[in-house]
Amino acid sequence: MNTLIYTSVLGFFCMVAEILNLRKLIVPIVVLGLAIIFGLNLLDWNLNKSFFNDMLRVDNFSVAFSGLAIFTSLLVLIMSGDYYQKEQGYISDFTAILVFILVGGLMMLSFANLTMLFLGVETLSIALYVMAGSRRFDIRSNEAGFKYFLMGSFASAFLLFGIALIFGTSGSFNIYTIAEYTANSQGNISPLFYTGMVMVIFAMLFKVSAAPFHFWAPDVYEGAPALITAYMSTLVKVVGFAALYKLLTVVFYYTSVKTGLILNFVAIATLIVGNLMALAQDNFKRLLAYSGISHAGYLMLLMMASHELPTGSLLFYGLGYVLSTLAAFAIAIPVFEAEGSENISAFNGLGKKNPILAAALSMAMLGLAGIPPFIGFLGKYYIFTESLQAGFFYTTLIAIICSIIGVYYYFKVIIAMYGKPGNDQKVSVSFTYALVLGLTLALSLYLGIRPGAIINIF
Amino acid sequence: MKEVITNTPPQNWYLVLSTLLFSIGVMGVLLRRNAIIILMCIELMLNSVNLLLVSFSAYAGNTDGQVFVFFIMVVAAAEVAVGLALLVSIYRNLGSTDIDVLSKLKG
Repeated sequence: MNTLIYTSVLGFFCMVAEILNLRKLIVPIVVLGLAIIFGLNLLDWNLNKSFFNDMLRVDNFSVAFSGLAIFTSLLVLIMSGDYYQKEQGYISDFTAILVFILVGGLMMLSFANLTMLFLGVETLSIALYVMAGSRRFDIRSNEAGFKYFLMGSFASAFLLFGIALIFGTSGSFNIYTIAEYTANSQGNISPLFYTGMVMVIFAMLFKVSAAPFHFWAPDVYEGAPALITAYMSTLVKVVGFAALYKLLTVVFYYTSVKTGLILNFVAIATLIVGNLMALAQDNFKRLLAYSGISHAGYLMLLMMASHELPTGSLLFYGLGYVLSTLAAFAIAIPVFEAEGSENISAFNGLGKKNPILAAALSMAMLGLAGIPPFIGFLGKYYIFTESLQAGFFYTTLIAIICSIIGVYYYFKVIIAMYGKPGNDQKVSVSFTYALVLGLTLALSLYLGIRPGAIINIF
Repeated sequence: MKEVITNTPPQNWYLVLSTLLFSIGVMGVLLRRNAIIILMCIELMLNSVNLLLVSFSAYAGNTDGQVFVFFIMVVAAAEVAVGLALLVSIYRNLGSTDIDVLSKLKG
């Protein structure tokens, strides 16, 4: 709860800082503030307490995932100082909105009432619509923002209708009361409740871009500014899956028989669509969008197996995905700026021009593809083990085949760097990008060898 | 409170009405091409949810649903403000509010 309040205060500080003429100090202060909030958040471990009339509940689940969300925002905000160098005049707006996206995410992680879930989803989404369209004179950014807005508010309306039906049948917005209702009236639950349940689950699947609700993701990821794409593909996906997991394990725990088939279908569709469509992409951001969809497919396996409570695997895979994706973006953003292009061909010849950067990007790609010794490999291993234990043999088999297909398109980038001739354009990486790169790759390597610190946390 | 309700129609009527309004909104979003009409259809969807929540709340004698309606109204206002701002910026760049002009991103 304190985490949420301090983060909101930080967001307000960003807006006031412009009036106080502190523009140069905003990014360092926000980074420092988020680091402190990260520490304060960890102090709530084992607190298990409800706040504000049971609106929010702080438990180990919310503390662990809030930690991951704050860490992700910290890395993105470290990069934002250099990314927005040419737009210094708007820096306070941009950082404020980035912090408020985190506020929405924190609400979604610690909700104990569907009101808070709705408010969290909307705080996160509305801020993201603005950021996706924040390049006002770039028509592609406008288009990305508006498409995201239309589809996002369409999905929010479904979320609301579902919440209304659940309220109508169970008589409460409190997630524990609703769970009690489903537990006590086994076999006698109104069909309206199931309609509402399906609508809420579909709206959340839309937010995490699982097929067949994924069609917005490639367009929005391609058109939005690169830093926002990085933020969207990491924070929103992890937070969305954590919120969906909480819904499935608390609110719909006693009706998991009914959700199983839908989730199984969505998982298979997401895996196949994400991996096959990624094969044909030339644009790097679009490639990462489809790669994000395919990672959503692997996480869907955990949602299917959610009645076995695989919380540790979810955290571990989410962390692995965040680390690898942010490392890829920390290299891609300076390369895009130097080459003036966002295609995979922008990486041509990087192996000769800047061997360290090329090696680092190879490491990030290997991490995303799930090749040992990086964190992605163990993440996939845990997911496949969990879903096999839950008895989903054929879906796991499809996932393993898909992860082999995935290696091909990640290697396309590596082949472009080492195998193709490039131009003489110099690519240099500023200190903040190098810092993020070093942090993410070191953590990815360390946790890939010693996963115990995260996987056994619960 | 109870006496008022005995004189009103059964609750299912409200359920049917709001489902109907919601469906009209969904069809509008899917079929119309003008961005402003689509925005209005999304508002219609949100307002059908408001109606449903208020009716559930009144019939069960539970005020939680009516409080939720205020949250939906506030969020809808914020959403429309952002949506119209994005639309204005698209209109300045392209001179049209038809969503078919948004075709730069494909692949």
